[in-house]
Amino acid sequence: MSIDRFEALRQFTAARIGLGRSGPGIATPDHLAFRAAHALARDAVHTELDLAALERSLVLLGLPVLRVESRAPDQQTYLTRPDFGRRLSDASATLLRDKAPGLEIAVLVAGGLSAFATASHAAELLALLAPALQRAGRTLGPICIAPRGRVALGDEVGALLGARLMLVLIGERPGLSSPDSLGAYITLAPRLGQTDADRNCISNIRPEGMLLTEAARRILWLTDQAMTRGISGVGLKDDSDRVLLTSEAAAASPALE
Amino acid sequence: MYAHSIGGTRYSFPDLKTLLARATPHRSGDVLAGVAAATMAERVAAQLALADLPLKTFLSDVIVPYESDEVTRLIIDSHDSLAFNPIAHLTVGGLRDWLLSDEADAAALAALAPGLTPEMAAAVSKICRAQDLILIAAKCRVTTAFRDTIGLPGRLASRLQPNHPTDDPKGILASIVDGLLLGCGDAVIGINPASDSPQRVHELLSMLDDLRQRLDVPTQSCVLTHVTTAIDLMAGGTPVDLVFQSIAGTEATNTSFGFSLATLQEAHEAALSLKRGTVGDNVMYFETGQGSALSADAHHGCDQQTIEARAYAVARRFSPLLVNTVVGFIGPEYLYNGKEIIRAGLEDHFCAKLLGVPMGCDVCYTNHAEADQDDMDLLMTSLSAAGLTFIMGIPGADDVMLGYQSTSFHDVLALRQMLGLKPAPEFETWLARVGLTDDVGRVRPLDMPERFQRLLTAA
Repeated sequence: MSIDRFEALRQFTAARIGLGRSGPGIATPDHLAFRAAHALARDAVHTELDLAALERSLVLLGLPVLRVESRAPDQQTYLTRPDFGRRLSDASATLLRDKAPGLEIAVLVAGGLSAFATASHAAELLALLAPALQRAGRTLGPICIAPRGRVALGDEVGALLGARLMLVLIGERPGLSSPDSLGAYITLAPRLGQTDADRNCISNIRPEGMLLTEAARRILWLTDQAMTRGISGVGLKDDSDRVLLTSEAAAASPALE
Repeated sequence: MYAHSIGGTRYSFPDLKTLLARATPHRSGDVLAGVAAATMAERVAAQLALADLPLKTFLSDVIVPYESDEVTRLIIDSHDSLAFNPIAHLTVGGLRDWLLSDEADAAALAALAPGLTPEMAAAVSKICRAQDLILIAAKCRVTTAFRDTIGLPGRLASRLQPNHPTDDPKGILASIVDGLLLGCGDAVIGINPASDSPQRVHELLSMLDDLRQRLDVPTQSCVLTHVTTAIDLMAGGTPVDLVFQSIAGTEATNTSFGFSLATLQEAHEAALSLKRGTVGDNVMYFETGQGSALSADAHHGCDQQTIEARAYAVARRFSPLLVNTVVGFIGPEYLYNGKEIIRAGLEDHFCAKLLGVPMGCDVCYTNHAEADQDDMDLLMTSLSAAGLTFIMGIPGADDVMLGYQSTSFHDVLALRQMLGLKPAPEFETWLARVGLTDDVGRVRPLDMPERFQRLLTAA
């Protein structure tokens, strides 16, 4: 028996309300729907990032792409040793050290906890961001890609490349109904030892969550503010909403088109 | 220095915290911290050495320095040596046997609680098998009350957790109505807010209080905001039933959480002064979980389960209505799979109950842990058999705000049916009064009661 009065309430929440019930149990369709959602989320965690495919879509942006590796040799080690996912392998560190430094913004695209999210949205988001940043006069790149990297891997990447600002696009820990959620992290003056308090984060980037265009607008605003004011993290509040109400935003948003 | 031989090899352990860590059943967080036993034999050797350890050792040898840690000072300074007397001559192994014995009934265990330190409870848990953890905990009684009575024999309460990614009041209300219709919410209706803004928390608390009064439901509400926010809100007249805080077992971790024991004291006194409880005055709600100290780099080289037990000393100092170990939320780097989550949940509940803490459990996992709903079924059923105080009730076990899986309203109904458990008595009476139970007392809503409909229409 289900109470169909919940139909009207579902517009207010994605929560699994008003499920079919048999005795105390959840009826079969809703029970199996849960399993299907969990399977998608689990597969998102365990899928290896398809580096070749990602590379193909990124080179279209006209920026050099560099493959780097964290110290986590496989997915299981990666999941149990977050410290390994935050540091570059020796070979990757050497590779980056040999690059000519001095760019303004470095970008790391990492699998994080959902390669599915990274594969689905990272290239498309960068296709919005890269031209807008270049139009704003920022030097960009190369784009580093890492299959088993956590957010803080960007600190080492950015430091070795001598970047003023680090942008990390990373697959977020999948929720049951959001296996493809991408996160964007912005850190000024990246270096080893920085903490979450030093970063700004845009979360839940996916078609059913924060739209890619909206995410791009916020990232551009935060990037510009961080570099202009010389701060990122808790000291820099995401006031891009308030800005949107002013005429400045009208001038800024065409940068995305 | 402690040592024991097993299989012809002698294993030695330089100090008490190392002995405790090496004796702990395997979990990824202890490996990450570098304190776990290297081999299975080393682990059991440590357990054998631990079993021979006199309990009195824990009163003279502390694992986190007394001088620099206020949790250690709380544990040592509040130890009740009279209550400890009946077991003062025992070793850790002897304590296990005593706890299993018929002499250790509900009254004896309640009398013992102030004489036990968290480290003693953690130590004995490490040499217990899962069955011991269930059997002994089931003998403990910890009863608390606010607007209903929690923890009575034969009862299983639930926290209704109606979270919403943007705190949308209508979305939250929809989940609350769903949960109440399925007999959940007697422990607390507790929201994890997406925004920590005091104004938003005030609005949510006002909405919950209004809803409680309209439905005349005997329960309490909580918005899980930082304790300092709650202190400010109480001063401003916001209807705060329960004060929430995440707590841990070392001062440094609690500092990283932004509070001290004095902060909790201030909040406790403020909440008591509101006199909002009708059948009791337990006004605090705490959450804990293994791994939080390591996560804050404040574990002092101890294993995560022992540090977790120390958090219960913090909890019991403030006579909470509810304590909740959010066991699988922290992720696979601390508890790797279903087996580790199940063991940790049973340990946390056992240690808390021995120490006299009203422990419930958020039986849960994240999607990057090697676990699924079958593991949760095993843990929630074992814990309910062990006399668990409460579990979570979440629509379809899927928390759409925090992005993890827990237990559903239906799970609460299933556990009560399987094990013959009932909700809190005041809440049970209310469920019958509003027509949600059938002729044998099972929650079987056939339609939306009139007062629920009015509530939804008004929203």
